[in-house]
Amino acid sequence: MTYARDVGALARKDLLLELRARDTLPAMLLFVVATFVVFHFSLPAHPSKLAASGLLWVAILFTALLGLGRAFVPEREQHVFDGLVLAPCDRSAIWLGKSLATLAFLVAAQVVALPVYALFFRPLTGPAVLGVALADLGICAVGTFLGAMAVATRARELLLPLLFLPLAIPIVVGGVGAGVADSPGRYLGFLAVYDLLFVVICWASFEYVVAE
Amino acid sequence: MLTARRLGKRYGEKRVLRRIDLEVPRGGFLVVTGPNGAGKTTLLRICAGLAQPTEGIIERGVSRGQIGFLGHDPLVYRELTALENLELYGRLYRVPECRERIGMLLERFGLWEVRHERVASYSRGMTQRLALCRVLLHGPELLVLDEPYSALDEAGAELLDAQLAELRGERTFLLATHDPAHVEPLASGRLALVA
Amino acid sequence: MGRTARIPLPALAVASLVLVTTALAFVFFVVPNDANQGFSQRIFYFHVSIALTAYACFVGAAWKAFRHLTKQDPDADLESYVLVHQGLIFGTLVLLTGSIWAKISWGHWWLWSEDQLVLFLVLFLFYCAYFMLRYSVDPGPRRANLSAVYALFGVVLIPVSFAAIRLAKGLIHPVVFTRHGPNFGGWILVTYCIAQAAVLVLAYTLYRLELGGKRLDGRLRELREALA
Repeated sequence: MTYARDVGALARKDLLLELRARDTLPAMLLFVVATFVVFHFSLPAHPSKLAASGLLWVAILFTALLGLGRAFVPEREQHVFDGLVLAPCDRSAIWLGKSLATLAFLVAAQVVALPVYALFFRPLTGPAVLGVALADLGICAVGTFLGAMAVATRARELLLPLLFLPLAIPIVVGGVGAGVADSPGRYLGFLAVYDLLFVVICWASFEYVVAE
Repeated sequence: MLTARRLGKRYGEKRVLRRIDLEVPRGGFLVVTGPNGAGKTTLLRICAGLAQPTEGIIERGVSRGQIGFLGHDPLVYRELTALENLELYGRLYRVPECRERIGMLLERFGLWEVRHERVASYSRGMTQRLALCRVLLHGPELLVLDEPYSALDEAGAELLDAQLAELRGERTFLLATHDPAHVEPLASGRLALVA
Repeated sequence: MGRTARIPLPALAVASLVLVTTALAFVFFVVPNDANQGFSQRIFYFHVSIALTAYACFVGAAWKAFRHLTKQDPDADLESYVLVHQGLIFGTLVLLTGSIWAKISWGHWWLWSEDQLVLFLVLFLFYCAYFMLRYSVDPGPRRANLSAVYALFGVVLIPVSFAAIRLAKGLIHPVVFTRHGPNFGGWILVTYCIAQAAVLVLAYTLYRLELGGKRLDGRLRELREALA
């Protein structure tokens, strides 16, 4: 199970880096709460179930983008990417390790954000929370992958939202549906299929993103 | 060990390398010289496997895990300690008896005392010495070193001299430098690049 | 595509012209008016043909991308790029023809209830990002690899987005614009086939044209290189 240990070492490295720097997670927390406040002022009073759910997902997406944009900064600024690419481990471990770490940050931000949302707008149902959990997997898998691509370009962080948002649309549909629809099972199933499909394709093709 | 034929590299419109031939036998020591912009770094990156040539072919007799590369960047995380950095690389390179080897290298390069401090607090010379530890950690067969002396202080340079002398003949070296006279005694071959 | 690559470009251009003219003739003169929507429905022959052609371009681009990554086919990157470009052009035409149809039939320039239209909007965004990605990287193996991987993501996105759009309809209760599909009898089927063939041949002609132009650019650059 050396692959699992590689992934573990890489994920641990990212968590350690964030623990030392302490910039990404606090920023995500502040951002998501501030976004909720902005939403309150930009919407009519008592938004409908659908509108409120939409707000939640916009907030989640853009908070995630904030975190994802920062994901490869240490590797890029210090060019450490070369060091990881030279290693004999499977390159997809780099993606998986980074995804897991980003997932941890996103979940940590949501542990605060979701109760705040319930406080400001409306309570969240069980399927809604499950929808958020499933969506997080897809967001982190795809977002980390695209983040690695974006880092290799001149435009860098500017490119990440452009690459990510079209791929995030199905996630939003699934997430909103899970929270709002009478039969959330379909939407949760859809999110699970999305996750499976894109996790596999990301895992299989990360090799080509980092190798020249 | 390492053979390149008619190697060329172009970045968009800009040509960096043109028709390079080189051959380094096992145990050899090739010294690469040339002015800035001649393509030494690009050539070494191609040899280490970090870049693909746009023309020509390159053959390496070793797998990825047996190559050690030292470039202009030390390739260590500044916010991690020396120990954490080396443990990560030790894990990724599957180094057996990792702890002992790390301890031995840190001690040899005079970094044992500061092993628990973040790399960001190191001087340039110390960081370069840590980079050398990283390169040597997995005991690579092929060592590709791009101007390793440039960031080293005097003590570090002596340590590197000793290390090169010790490994000369056992391992294969590809070394780019501005000061070929310094490594002349070790060289088995020379390659001069022109801008 | 091996055999078709040998068909000379002028022959293709003539074939396109003939087919497109024939298709136009059939669409405007041969086919009877649609019972429900009248004249405006005619644009559908082209709208659907263009849509399917665009899908074909994107799938073709993904195939070429796959060949680039797995077989290191040296031409595949350029071919994939040109196919994405063609796909985007035809995709834009889908949005335009769809919009025109919506305006004529329902009085709105945009309808969120039209699945095909919304899907193409998403794909439009996605493949525009493809170009931004491509222009943000210097030419070389890096750019080719990143483009290829992204093109593969695109082809996976097509069915996933379609499913998502369908699912989204269940949430929002749109004013349902019922569109009765044409009975595929007689002249309607013939006209559609001619229109589809016309658009496909036109697309292939443009593809060959652009590919040829880009290859020439590449050759010129190599010559300049060799002389320098």
